[in-house]
Amino acid sequence: MFKKIKELGVMVFKKLLKSSLLVLVTALLMTACATKTKTTKKIEAQIAGDVFTGAETVKYLATGVPDRVFFATNKSVLTTKARDTLRKQAAWLRKNKSINVTVEGHADERGTREYNLALGERRANAAKDYLMTYGISGNRISVISYGKERPVNSGSSPLAWSQNRRSVTVKAN
Amino acid sequence: MKKKLFLFTLIIIFFAKNSFALIEIDITRGNLNPLPIAVSPLHIDSKSSEVFNEMDIGSEISKVVEINLLRSGLFNPLEKDSFVQSPDIAHVKPRFEDWKLIKAQALITGKIKITSEKIRIEFRLWDVLAAKEIMALAFTTVPSNWRRIAHIISDKVYKRLTGEDGYFDSRIIYVSEEGPKTQRIKKLAIMDQDGANTKYLTLGNELVLTPRFSPTNQMVTYLSYFKNLPRVYLLDIETGVQEIVGDFPGMTFAPRFSPDGKKIIMSFAKNGNSDIFTMNLETREVEKITEHPSIDTSPSYSPDGKYITFNSDRSGVQQIYVMRNDGSDVKRITFGNGIYGTPVWSPRGDLIAFTKMYRGAFYIGVMRTDGSGERLLTENYYQEAPSWSPNGRVLIFYRETKSGSQGEGFSATLWSIDLTGYNERLIETITDASDPSWSSLLTK
Repeated sequence: MFKKIKELGVMVFKKLLKSSLLVLVTALLMTACATKTKTTKKIEAQIAGDVFTGAETVKYLATGVPDRVFFATNKSVLTTKARDTLRKQAAWLRKNKSINVTVEGHADERGTREYNLALGERRANAAKDYLMTYGISGNRISVISYGKERPVNSGSSPLAWSQNRRSVTVKAN
Repeated sequence: MKKKLFLFTLIIIFFAKNSFALIEIDITRGNLNPLPIAVSPLHIDSKSSEVFNEMDIGSEISKVVEINLLRSGLFNPLEKDSFVQSPDIAHVKPRFEDWKLIKAQALITGKIKITSEKIRIEFRLWDVLAAKEIMALAFTTVPSNWRRIAHIISDKVYKRLTGEDGYFDSRIIYVSEEGPKTQRIKKLAIMDQDGANTKYLTLGNELVLTPRFSPTNQMVTYLSYFKNLPRVYLLDIETGVQEIVGDFPGMTFAPRFSPDGKKIIMSFAKNGNSDIFTMNLETREVEKITEHPSIDTSPSYSPDGKYITFNSDRSGVQQIYVMRNDGSDVKRITFGNGIYGTPVWSPRGDLIAFTKMYRGAFYIGVMRTDGSGERLLTENYYQEAPSWSPNGRVLIFYRETKSGSQGEGFSATLWSIDLTGYNERLIETITDASDPSWSSLLTK
C-alpha cells in the first residue's frame, strides 16, 4: 500500500518534470513525500512481514504472559514470536490448572464477512493446537471466531488491520 | 411481526384484447432514455377520504408508484404540476392530446372508494400515443394495506411495459448497525423494498449476521451469537418463533435456503476447517456436502436446486466453485486476477453475482455459471454480499467507508445497482445497514 503511494508520488513527480511546471509545486510535493516516508518507517517498525510486532493493544494473562498473537493477511501460520507467546501461555496454564480459556479468533475488515468467520476459527484453532502440543488439554480450551466483527483498532490502516488479525486467549472461568 | 389479516381480492375489469404493446421498454441494456410516464393522483371521493383523516391517500399511492418507477431507472415520472386533467375525469377518459403535449407516453389513473371498512382501489394504464387503455385492475383490501397495493400496481405496470416480472411488492431483511466499530450493536431489521415500514426483529443483545429469506417468505435463516455460541438459526418472521438449526458441536454460519425452502445449506467449522453441510428442515437429516481441509463457505443453490456455488481457498486464495448438489463434480470457475467470494446464483439461473477483491478495491460483478463473461458492475473501497431482486434484474449489496484512526467517518449502507451496471442507488435506512437479502415477490 505505502509502496504504491511512493510509486504514485514518483509518477506524479516525473509527470510534473515533463510538463516542466512550477518548481514550487514540485518542492511542495517532495516535502509531502518525505513526511509520508517518515510515518511509513514508524509503522514498519511495528509490522514485520505484514504481522504486527508492537505491544500496543496487548493485554496480559499474568506478568510476562501476553494474551494475544498476530497473523499475516489471510494467514493462520504462527510466527516465531506467536509461538513464543503461546509457550508462555501454556506454561502459565500448566501452573494454573483450574483455569480454562477461550481462544478468540479475529480477522481484519478487508475480507468478506463469511470467509472471515472461517478464517477467525482457523486462527483460533492454530493457537489452540499449539497450546495442546505444550501439554494443555483440549478440554480446557474452547474456541470462538468473531471474524471481523470485533476489531480492537477501529481504524482503516495497515497498522489497524495488523492489530486486528489476532487470536486472543481469555480466561473462561 | 404482527400477523395481519391480509386478504385481498383481485378483480380484473378487462384486459384490452390482444392489443399490441405499442410502448415497450427494452431492459436488456442500460436504459438511458427512461420512458416518460404520467402518474395521475388516484381520485378519492370526500366521504372515503375521511377514513384516512384527511390524508390524501390518492396522492400518496401515486407517489409510491412514481418513486418505484423512477428508482427502477426505466421510467421518467413527469411533474404533476404539468397535468391539466383532473384525476377523476382522466380516469374515465383521458384527453390524450393534453397528455401528449407534456410528452407523456404512458398514463396511470385510478380511483379509490371505501365501503364497509374495505378499500377498493382501481387503476388503469393508458398508452398515450395509441390513445387506448392497455390495462385495468381493481383491488379490495383493508385500508392499512394501501402501500402494498401501490407496490402491486407498480409491478403490474412494470410487467406490462417491460415484459418481465417486477420486484416492488417485496421486502428486504438486513442487519441494522449502531455504535462504535469495536462494539457494534447489530439487530435484524426488515423493511419494504422502498425502505418504508422498518421493523426490528431482534433487540441487539447478541451479535446477528447474514439473514436470508426463505423462498416462501415466512422464514429467515441467520447467524446469531446467542449465549456466545455462533450458530445458524431459523426465524418465523410472522410469529417471532426462532430455533437453532441442527446440533453441531461448533460454529455454523453462512446459511441459505434451498430453492424449495426445505433445506438449509451452511458451513460448519471444526478444528480450523470449514465444510459445507445441508440440513433438511422436515426430516432433520444432516448431510455433509464438501470434505476438504480448506475453507469452504458462502454456498448458494442454483434455482433448480441441482447445483451449488460456493467459495473456497483450496487453491491458496478464495475462489468460486460450482458442484452438483451432492458435492460431486467440483469445478473452479474463477481464474481472473484477484480474490473472489460470496457467489449468489441468479433467480433466472443464468448468472452468478459475486464480490471481487483486486488491488485493494472491492467490486460487485456478475458472470455466467461457468465463470465466463465476467462483468464488474461497481468498484468501491469496500462492498460485498450481493443479493438478487426477485426478477433477477437488480442487485442489492452493502458498502463500508474507510475510517480514521478512531473509527471516525465509518458508515455501512445499502445500495442497489442494475444488472447493466447503470442506475446505482443508495437505499436509505434509519440506521447503518449491512447484509441485505431480498425476498421473493409477496404476491405472484
